[in-house]
Formats: sequence, C-alpha cells, structure tokens
Amino acid sequence: MSIRLTVNGQARELDLDPQMPLLWALRDHLALTGTKFGCGMALCGACTVHIDGQPTRSCVTPVAAAAGRQVTTIEGLSTPAGRAVEAAWVALDVPQCGYCQSGQIMSAAGLLASNPRPTDADIDGAMAGNICRCATYVRIRRAIHQAAATLAAAPE
Amino acid sequence: MDFLPQMTRRQFVRLTTLAGSGLTLGLVLPGCGSRQGASVGAPSAAEPLVMPFVRIAPDDTVTVICKHLEAGQGVWTGLPAIVAEELDAAWAQMRVASAPAEVPMYGNLALDPKGRIQGTGGSTAVANSWMQLRRAGATARAMLVQAAAQRWSVPTGEITVSAGIVTHTASGRKASFGELAGGAANVPVPEEVTLKDPSQFTLIGRGHLPRLDSRAKSSGRQTYAIDVELPGMMTAVVLRPPRFGGKAASFDAAKAKAVPGVVDVVAIPRGVAVVGRDLWSAKKGRDLLEVRWDESAAEKRGTGQLLAEYRRLAAGEKAVTVSSRGDADAALRHAHKVIEAEFEFPYLAHAPMEPLTAVCRLSADHCEIWAGDQFQTVDQMNAAREVGLQPHQVAINTLAAGGTFGRRATPDSDYISEVASIAKATGGRYPVRLIWTREDDITGGRYRPLNLHRISAGLTSNGKVAFRQRVVGQSIVAGTPFATMMKNGVDPTAVGGSAPEQYDLDDASVSWTPPQVGIPVLWWRSVENTHMAFSKEVMMDELAEAAKEDPIAFRLARLGSRPRHAAVLKLVADKAGWDQPFAGGKGRGRGVAIQESFGTVVAQIAEVTVTGNDIKVDRVVCAVDCGIAVTPDVIEAQMQSGIGFGLSAALYGAITLTDGRVDQSNFDGYRVLRINEMPKVIEVYIAPSTQPPSGVGEPGTPPIAPAVANAVRMATGIRLRRLPFDLAAARKA
Repeated sequence: MSIRLTVNGQARELDLDPQMPLLWALRDHLALTGTKFGCGMALCGACTVHIDGQPTRSCVTPVAAAAGRQVTTIEGLSTPAGRAVEAAWVALDVPQCGYCQSGQIMSAAGLLASNPRPTDADIDGAMAGNICRCATYVRIRRAIHQAAATLAAAPE
Repeated sequence: MDFLPQMTRRQFVRLTTLAGSGLTLGLVLPGCGSRQGASVGAPSAAEPLVMPFVRIAPDDTVTVICKHLEAGQGVWTGLPAIVAEELDAAWAQMRVASAPAEVPMYGNLALDPKGRIQGTGGSTAVANSWMQLRRAGATARAMLVQAAAQRWSVPTGEITVSAGIVTHTASGRKASFGELAGGAANVPVPEEVTLKDPSQFTLIGRGHLPRLDSRAKSSGRQTYAIDVELPGMMTAVVLRPPRFGGKAASFDAAKAKAVPGVVDVVAIPRGVAVVGRDLWSAKKGRDLLEVRWDESAAEKRGTGQLLAEYRRLAAGEKAVTVSSRGDADAALRHAHKVIEAEFEFPYLAHAPMEPLTAVCRLSADHCEIWAGDQFQTVDQMNAAREVGLQPHQVAINTLAAGGTFGRRATPDSDYISEVASIAKATGGRYPVRLIWTREDDITGGRYRPLNLHRISAGLTSNGKVAFRQRVVGQSIVAGTPFATMMKNGVDPTAVGGSAPEQYDLDDASVSWTPPQVGIPVLWWRSVENTHMAFSKEVMMDELAEAAKEDPIAFRLARLGSRPRHAAVLKLVADKAGWDQPFAGGKGRGRGVAIQESFGTVVAQIAEVTVTGNDIKVDRVVCAVDCGIAVTPDVIEAQMQSGIGFGLSAALYGAITLTDGRVDQSNFDGYRVLRINEMPKVIEVYIAPSTQPPSGVGEPGTPPIAPAVANAVRMATGIRLRRLPFDLAAARKA
C-alpha cells in the first residue's frame, strides 16, 4: 500500500505494510537511523519523533497513521527549541552511550516548544517516558533549563 | 568517530609496541609487508604519521586508536586525553577511532599482561592504557620535534611544543603537527622517551575536556551496530527456547515463510532464525514460526524453588573459603551482641538501551563483523568456530555500543556467535544483521546471579567485630574459558570485596557455595561488588547501631590500615555536612556506604524521604579516589551514572522465574529508574591523588543501595535486607 507523508520537510512515498511501525519505516526504508529502537512498546522513548510537532513514540505508531502528516526526526530537528536543546546537550556533555539521546532531545524540544520555562516538575512530566540506562538524568535536567535560558535570551 | 577502516590498517608501515617492554622497531603489521618500503621514501608534507595508537594527518587532526569499547563510560575522551597530554596537542585537534581486532597489539594488558586478549571490562580501560598511551603520545611528540629539527637545522633541545604547535623560538619558526607529520614518519622511532611529571600536566585533571562524541550523540549521527547498512543486507531475529537449556527439536516454517519480506528460516545452534528484508517482516515471520522444543535438559525451577535450595545450601557445610582472618567462630561465641541476618539479591538484566545487535558478512575465507564489541579476541574465536574459519580470518569493526554494563562481554559470545551462525546457515548469500528485541534481551539470560547471603556479626567485649558470612550464588566463570580466573575454588567475579577484605577485622570469615543452576549468568556493572558491598555495608551500620556509635566513626575505627578508604569517607562526610544535625523530620533519613572496587574507592551518603512505603532519594554526596583524575567531568558523569544504575536495582530491578520461564519481558515488568526518580542533587568530589589512575565505569554503583538502605533505617526504623526494596513487605517481616 502506498503511503504519502512528509519527513523532515520532504514529501515521501512508501509502499509498505501499513501496520509497520513508523520507526521501522524510517530506519529500514528511509535510512533515517537517528531514531532508535529501544522497546517496541512505547515504554522507553528512544523512538520519539515529532508528528505535526507533537512528540510521538514511533515504535507503536503504524506508518499509515502518519499518512499526510509532517514527521520530524532528529536529523531534521531545526526549530529554535531543537537547536537550543542540542547545543545545551553538547555544552554539558549530556550523552554517555548516547543511544537514547535522540529520543531525549526530541522530547525535550517538544517540551520547550509548548513550555518555554519548564519547572523541574514540568521536566519530570515531559521526560519520564524517556529511559536512559546510563542515568544521564541530572545533566538532562540541567541541559533543558540551560536551553530554556538560551531561548529566553534570544531575540524573538 | 568510526571504526578504523581496513584500508588505513594497510597504511601502517611500522609497528611500535609501546606496551610495557618499551619500543620495538622495524616490525610490520600482518599483511603490510609489501608496503614496508613505503616508509623509506623522501619526506612529504602531505603524508600522515601512522603509529599503532596515534595517527597524525596532514590536516592537523590527531586520531587516537582506541582499543577499548566506548559504551558510554567515556574512553573515547579519556584515552585521547592521555595522548594529547604527552603530545602537547590542542584538544580541538583530537579525534578517536576504534582499533581493529588485533592481538597482542591491542590486547588488554590488565586482562592479560601478554596482551593476548582484546576486550573491555573490569573498569580497566584508563588504567591499562595509561602508560601505553603516555608513551605513544610522547613518542609521537619526539618524532615531530625531530622532524622540525631536521627541517630547520636546529637542535631538538631548542624546540618547544604547545597546543599543537611546534616552535623554535630563537628563529621564530613554527609548524603545525600536520605540516610535520610526513617528516616525522621518516625519522627513527626513539627507543626511549621522557614522560612528563604529573605536575606539568596541562590537560589531564585540569578542568573540562569536552567529550569527543557529544556532538554526534546529540544529533543522531553516532553510528551503532543497529544503524549499519550494507548493500543487500537482510535482518534476522531468532526464536530461542522458552526455557534455558532447551533446544529446537523440529520446526515448521511454512507460515513464517509466507510473510511478505521473509527470505529465509534457518536452524542455528541457539534456536531458529527468521531472516527478512527488514526487522518488521522478520519479526512478523517469527511470530508465526512453529517450533517444537526439546526441554529435557532445560532448567525448570522458579525463583522460589531456587531460593529454597539456596537456603538449604547456606545452612549446609559444603563451602569454599573466600577470605579468613583469625577465628570468627570463636569470636562470635564470645561476642556479647550477635546479629544474624539474611540478604537476598535477585537476578538482574543489564538492559542496555541498544538491544544486542551485530552484522556479519561472510565469504569463503573471510568473516567481517560489526558490533558494539566488548570482547574482540573471544568473539573472533567463537565466530570463527561457527563459520569454520580461523580467528585471524574474522575481522571485527568495533562501533560505539548503546550501553553494555557487561552484557556484551560473554564468554560464548552469544549474539556474535548467533549472527555468525546465521551467516553460515544462509551460505553467506547476503550480509545479515541480527537484532535482539527488548523481549529477547530481558528473557534471554546472562543475568547478575541470584544471591543469598547469611551473616553473623557481633561485637566482642573489647569492641572488636566478629564476622562470618556465607554466600550462595552461581559462579560466572565456571564452565567457561575464564574458569582459569578461579583461585582455590573461588570465582572472584561471583564473590569478593567482602568485610575482611575491606576493613581491619581480626576475626572474620567469608565462605561461598555455588549452586548448580541452568540460568546463564554474567558480570553486571561492578560484578561481585553489587551484592557483597550491600550486605557488608548494611551490617556495618547494624554493628555501629548496636555499639551506639556514629556509623562513619565506627567505620573509620576499622580503616586504620586503609588510608585511601579513610580519606574518602572523611571527604564525603565533610561535604555532606555529616557532623551537622540532619535536617530530618518525619520520614527523612541519611545513610552512608563505602566500597573499593577495581582499585577505586567510592563512598556515598544518601538522603531520603520515605512517604508511606515510597522511597525517594533526594540527595547523594559521592567521594571517589580513582588515582590521578584524567578527565574529571567524565568521572563525575560516571559517578552519577553508577548511582542511577544502582538505584534502578535497589528500588525496582528483579528478574524472576516461574517454572524456568522468565516473568518479565520489557520495561513494564523490568522497571528501571526514570528522570522523576533520579536524585535531584548528586554532588561528586574527587580525592586528590598522585597515584596512577584506576577505573570509574563501575565503582560508582556498589555503595548506593546500602547507603539508601541505611538511610531508610534512620527514616523508618526498618532494616532492608532484600533487593529490590519492598518497604511494605519489610514492615510485615
């Protein structure tokens, strides 16, 4: 079945099992491997992408459900919040093994897009779905606050 | 940040073995003989300097060849820092690449002084690379200086090097490393080099060196094994026996093969592999695969039955002595206060975020593997056996691993052996990528062993501690090629780091009984220390309480011969404000624990709030002595990581079995720590040291669980002796 969707601003057409999770369509058929497989059950957040701007677990989202919608992966994350988050991640050396960090960054960018000055409780609420086995959580929290400060200081 | 390409390996025109025995000149890498003459030609500015551990390119980049797996612990930053220091490079020009699988050149000297085993583990990376890479950096520096001296016709003694620039001050001449690399490649390799005095260090221990992998890992550009794409590559999943020790007796692949995209279904020694054009089709095919299992040799016991057996063994006579001082039995008979306690530790899965994945491409005389490979030499041997080649015909491209915590270092190379056997069974017709799903990972074994400890500890009339401990838990190395690690019948990875090894006790003994169980076990971040530190540090707290002494003062009184332990304990107490009254209140408590593991001493003080039966860790203060702190920011990160990892196990982690089948399968049943459960405050203090560095990847983990248990005791009066913590159950007990 042919499915049309927009990925990182580009129109794509995929002829796939409509039930195939978007994650595997991105990874195995569009060579966008920045989005990671962690659990396959929306339990760990490693597969987080944005669909129409909303953080979404691509491992449980059938590719057909993304038809006609705007999908953004870590490779195409270019919003001000996304850029601020990535810069803070680098500045604070957040990653260790790094495998979960695409998902962490997509969740964090989604949070800052809707809530530019999150509290610790807001961060807990938005980020608790993203597991990091290296437990980089202290630096993730600090980096989100730093990204928020960067965004607040930036000219509109 | 990539594995070292084969082409570059062939460019190696000479080999200097910088390990231990000094420099060996004139050796040529295997397969490079025809290029030997290349180093004799005229110097060229556009040529690189290529040495086993350091490559300097004409574009000024300095690439450190890293023989250790980067799995998050920071070796891609720590090892380049060592080279950069002696080379006097600028940090911005440093790069890193994984070494090929090649012994003895890239052997781990801590695992085997002769370098016959390449692998990462035991928090050895920085410790065993320390002198090797310092010499490598100093050698490359000396060769650059020699090349500059020849080019400028000045004495080498007048040349200085700083931040990647070689300078002759008197004549005002300067050159970059890249400009000199070609010339340096043609000067003799010095037989001896002078290393810096640590007081001269400008990079090591001097503030934040940004991780070399942060940018790639913050943008989705880091390549892991699961991201490898080869032309024509297929993806495989394996259906494994539902019980450990089972075997496929027969299978019916008709329905699986009918799934669009499934290309092959093949039997392999460890199960039945379904190969498809993508993961989705392979997985759908596997769901429809019908296998009849032969479970005649399978382990069918559940956790309850195993624990009953462990209790029987703990009460029995059969045990080997792990550690013994004085006469613990006699001292206990004379003790005026004796505490008897039983501790229980579950099986634990490692659950790295990147599920086990490997790619294999097989031809008649060559097997090439891509993996977050932790045990290159062992994996070469096992893969070679699976495909019927010799180990040297197996090339391994070591990629960044999405976590390991020990899981990727298996004596039988489970997932590497699997992918090799699939490539063999499919005739090498296509490159194949094997992916373990999360369910495969959680149910697939290789767990931290289930353990039962029984301790009798007492205080004698003269204030001395009498201590006797029995440990019942599976051996990790028995029955593997690593069984040679056993000394006097004791597996040091199953039991160790005990009270008599870590405190000055006159009368103490530890014995061990390994049961025969068919559940595959493995080293899990900090290995034997995960459970040994817990029972030891909780008992020390109980003894301090019985003696009506402060827990830190009580420990310090028994650390007289261990100045590093004492200093770390004093440091953590000072930074946590231990001598100040604790701002407690209802449900608040703080506790301390200390453990030396892998040559590194870590003490932690945890502050908790208990609400109902819910334990929240608010603050952790951590002090660490790991010798010279090479990259302090990485050390801090590893302490934070070890604390978070240990808290997962303390609060939630348990693999249980019913009738031999694992009860958990994903992160719902096998719960791990999330950001809202991470302590908001973690302070890390590094003890100053002039000693050679030891590791930091694992030692942050052992103290946190006992520190929290001791804090919960203060908060609630409840002693937690069973992992993971269950306050409701403990209140009833």
